[in-house]
Amino acid sequence: MKKYAYFPGCSLEKMAQSYHHSSIETMRKLDVELEELEDWNCCGATAYFHVDELLAYTLCARNLAQAEKQKLDVVAPCSGCYKNMFSTRAHLQHEPALADHINYALEADNLKFTGSSAVRHLIEVFVQDIGLDAVKAKVTQPLKGLRVAPYYGCQILRPRKADEDVEQAHYFEDLMAAIGATPVDFELKLRCCGGALIITNRKAALSLVRNLLDNAAKVGSQVIATACPLCQVNLECYQKLVNQEFGTNFNMPVLYFTQLIGLAFGLPPKQLGIGTELVSAESVVCLARSKPS
Amino acid sequence: MADKPTFREEIAGVLHASTGNPLDVCMQCGTCSATCPVASGGFMDNSPRRIIAMINAGLKERVLKSNTYWYCASCYHCTVRCPRGIDIAELMYGLKRYTVWHAKTQEGMIGPVFSETFVKMIVRTGRSYEPVLATSYLFTLGVPEMIQEAQTATSLMLKGRLPLLPARIKRLDNFKKVLKRIIPLGDPDE
Ligand code: SF4
Ligand code: SF4
Repeated sequence: MKKYAYFPGCSLEKMAQSYHHSSIETMRKLDVELEELEDWNCCGATAYFHVDELLAYTLCARNLAQAEKQKLDVVAPCSGCYKNMFSTRAHLQHEPALADHINYALEADNLKFTGSSAVRHLIEVFVQDIGLDAVKAKVTQPLKGLRVAPYYGCQILRPRKADEDVEQAHYFEDLMAAIGATPVDFELKLRCCGGALIITNRKAALSLVRNLLDNAAKVGSQVIATACPLCQVNLECYQKLVNQEFGTNFNMPVLYFTQLIGLAFGLPPKQLGIGTELVSAESVVCLARSKPS
Repeated sequence: MADKPTFREEIAGVLHASTGNPLDVCMQCGTCSATCPVASGGFMDNSPRRIIAMINAGLKERVLKSNTYWYCASCYHCTVRCPRGIDIAELMYGLKRYTVWHAKTQEGMIGPVFSETFVKMIVRTGRSYEPVLATSYLFTLGVPEMIQEAQTATSLMLKGRLPLLPARIKRLDNFKKVLKRIIPLGDPDE
């Protein structure tokens, strides 16, 4: 059985509980154990890097060192947490003096960062570590005919440059196809949802969200699939405000990719946290159920 | 010898940890501005390309008055597309830090208040808790925004998606000791 140190991050504790539950349940089906990272702390989000880099790196390094102590690679379902931990690890590996300094601080919590635990985003675990064939093998209710807009957003892919062409990603589409759904050609799939601007510049963020919803609707999507709690909240919970602000009429369900995979695995919607949406996902559930194979 | 650093040098210093190229290799092609969803939506007073030109020209006051970096969403799209390998998103972070540390943040801007509130929260508890309820910055919003925020928060609460209390980590004392070795935090419990 594969095992990872699971870093839920602050959003998954409540706002994105459905992501948490659907991650655990689908991974269990695939014989992967997510062992919660012991006493994890906040990754610092974007705010910490706005104020002090060194503290921000220290926060992430504490989590990484904890994963090393558990002798596991760490997996994050949130793209923001993922990016912070991924870049901290890369950065500390390149700057041993900085790593030493941070290790002096971590000593106060009996921890040490060496870089031995890799950082994975949850979707990479599905696509690369487990593989599409293994995912396919567990599908009992293929989501035939469901038109899904796979929304990558930003930080799963960027700012990494070295190892892949970040503008040509196609694995999210492949993953959706593996569970029987039809990925649409979602042109804006790599564009930003506004992130924390939803708080700090409401107008700008709503306009970015509107562009995404508009594009997804135009290509006939029935649901947007996300891999990040912040994207999910911006696209779904603020959809009503988009409609108020721009006089639009969007009614687009936005689910986590793990919820869609769970439906295809035949898991009960409730177990996947479906039913707590502000934009109802009932249509998606009906479709998933109407076509048992 | 001990000449005061120029604004360009100061900004270069803020970017010491970035792996991108120095700003003076910018060829002003405008790829960053065309890529930026916030600038192309007309929400930034100066585009990323212009901010770089302004820094290179040493126009400190104008850069400090600009909203560009506080309206940057950290999407890194500019960074991965810059033909000269400049890490523009990282520059935006650097400029935020510069204004925070020099106490030069502008009136009426939510970003700095939000960031500081957030940082304080983590220093105190080790975890963040959904920002929608953090009242200290809610009051910086205008009335219509505050009502909108309350609407969204209420709907989320009805669905059980908002926490009532912030979570704390278990080894909080150790955590605070770790942070204290990095930076003097004052009395951690105040
Ligand atoms: S894309 Fe790069 S080279 Fe072109 S204007 Fe922007 S920073 Fe300068
Ligand atoms: S990282 Fe900031 S400046 Fe660059 S494209 Fe995104 S929002 Fe614009």
